[in-house]
Amino acid sequence: MREIRFHGRGGQGAVTSAELIAISAINKGGFAQAFPSFGPERRGAPVVAFCRVDDKKIHIRAKVYNPDVVVVLDPGLVDLLDPTEGMKEGDMLIINTKKTADQIKGLKNTSIKIATVDANKIAQEELGRVIVNTTMIGAFIKATGIISIDDITEPMMERFGAKLGERNMKALKRAYQEVTIKG
Amino acid sequence: MSEIGKGRKGIEVSIAMADAVAQADVDVIAAYPITPQTHIVEHLADIVANGELDAEFVPVESEHSAMSVCCGSAAVGARTFTSTSSQGLALMSEIFIIAAAMRLPMVMALANRSLSSPLSIWNDHTDVMMVRDAGWIHFFVENGQEAYDGIFNAFRMSEDPGVMLPVAVNLDGFIMTHMVEPVEYVDGELIKKYLPEFKMKNALHPDNPVSMGCFAMPEIYTEAQMSREVGIKDAYPTIVKAWDEWGALTGRHYKPIETYRTDDADYCIITMGSFGETAMEVADMLREEGEKVGVVKIRLWRPFPMEEFRKSVLGKKYLIVLDRAISFGSQGGPVAMELRSALYGQKDAPVVVNYVAGLAGRDVSRKDFRNIILEGKKKAVSGHTDGFTLYGLRG
Repeated sequence: MREIRFHGRGGQGAVTSAELIAISAINKGGFAQAFPSFGPERRGAPVVAFCRVDDKKIHIRAKVYNPDVVVVLDPGLVDLLDPTEGMKEGDMLIINTKKTADQIKGLKNTSIKIATVDANKIAQEELGRVIVNTTMIGAFIKATGIISIDDITEPMMERFGAKLGERNMKALKRAYQEVTIKG
Repeated sequence: MSEIGKGRKGIEVSIAMADAVAQADVDVIAAYPITPQTHIVEHLADIVANGELDAEFVPVESEHSAMSVCCGSAAVGARTFTSTSSQGLALMSEIFIIAAAMRLPMVMALANRSLSSPLSIWNDHTDVMMVRDAGWIHFFVENGQEAYDGIFNAFRMSEDPGVMLPVAVNLDGFIMTHMVEPVEYVDGELIKKYLPEFKMKNALHPDNPVSMGCFAMPEIYTEAQMSREVGIKDAYPTIVKAWDEWGALTGRHYKPIETYRTDDADYCIITMGSFGETAMEVADMLREEGEKVGVVKIRLWRPFPMEEFRKSVLGKKYLIVLDRAISFGSQGGPVAMELRSALYGQKDAPVVVNYVAGLAGRDVSRKDFRNIILEGKKKAVSGHTDGFTLYGLRG
């Protein structure tokens, strides 16, 4: 089983990221869960969403405490919280940032792999606004291989419709190309 | 009949439940939105507004009215659905009790949530325990598939001429309602086979007047109460049959009491609702370490499956019962109280240790389950079995 945690801010679509990945995994015959860190939604406040993916039925009804993968949608969150909490050596942290992995200060856990991508820039250019949840899935796919671009295409179209779905897929594919993975 | 898609899909449990209600071809839905039930009724409102389902959606001004509408629609023989949580259930409680007393078939998705105060939108079982003695049939689901299937099972039980009782499908708020996971849909043909058209024998009709919910003198109230007791007890075989037939059609088998790795177990953890899933996982882990632990899951809460429960646990050394509510001023959790009572005076009765955890959605992780099981075993062995332990209570 692979456990994934998303850090974002209310309104950035962290839950949508988790759901799209889960639905992609389920559609190809696998098992998955996606769920928010339940609570009142406040736009702009730090939020967490979770996802589990497995090839057999998942029986856990609790939060993710030891994620294999963490996705950070908002660059500023790294200064507010420790996104590596609960991670162990070799796990993958994927951050939306202009910086390189070496320039990110304050990460307590240094034995993990770090993938960086400037998703703000990609989303601004491809979608016209800085909503990076679908863009970051591109980086996620490249960095983890848990699902493929093919897997996510249909769920994306279903969620956003053909026109907006295409644009989100374009942003996703750019992030797939542009992400830098260290470690 | 609605043309909602079939097959396996990744979907939010609330949406799957609403789809099941539409597939069951309900006639009347009356509900007031309340967290965490909201997505269920919002999606139903969409389905009705889109013309996918030919039903009356009555957007009432309160839960009291929602249940009143449901009673009216059930009384004329319309297939009726509602959904609520917590304070909503509290507000509708007056009519909720009447629905069972008047033997009005309907189905409720009860998205379990804490009662105020303090105000909390999160999950526990304080709401359902408030209506424990109302005379409804209550069962609990622990994953999305069970939630979806449970809607069909509940209508089948509720509307059976030998049952004629309202049924609540209890699901843990947020933990279930807001979860995206795989759900296998059934097709319309199967539903037609499983769920016959609702025909109420003594429905209200101007051509054939009947009285319902009359005033009763002491000379008859006692007998009326007894008829309710007999009615819900007699519903038991029909409830089991509704699950058995569902199992035969879908391959998904449900029982009033579910057991996991109990055959050779020395002791068991007992859960109700979504706790059961994590408990199974942790039992597997502890088995690897040599702990002979099993899991007993209570699916049917009312009528309580006394014999099946006893059969599943008699001869075990001890039971660790995990509750999600407190009966203040008594022995602890309502489930443990029920089970202690069921075991009292029985030969080879196990010792019961009671934990209450997961109040207002406080997460109960695998580590917590492990602690509860191992600590609970120690308590049982050392004879510290009175009352209950509120797990994780901060000092």
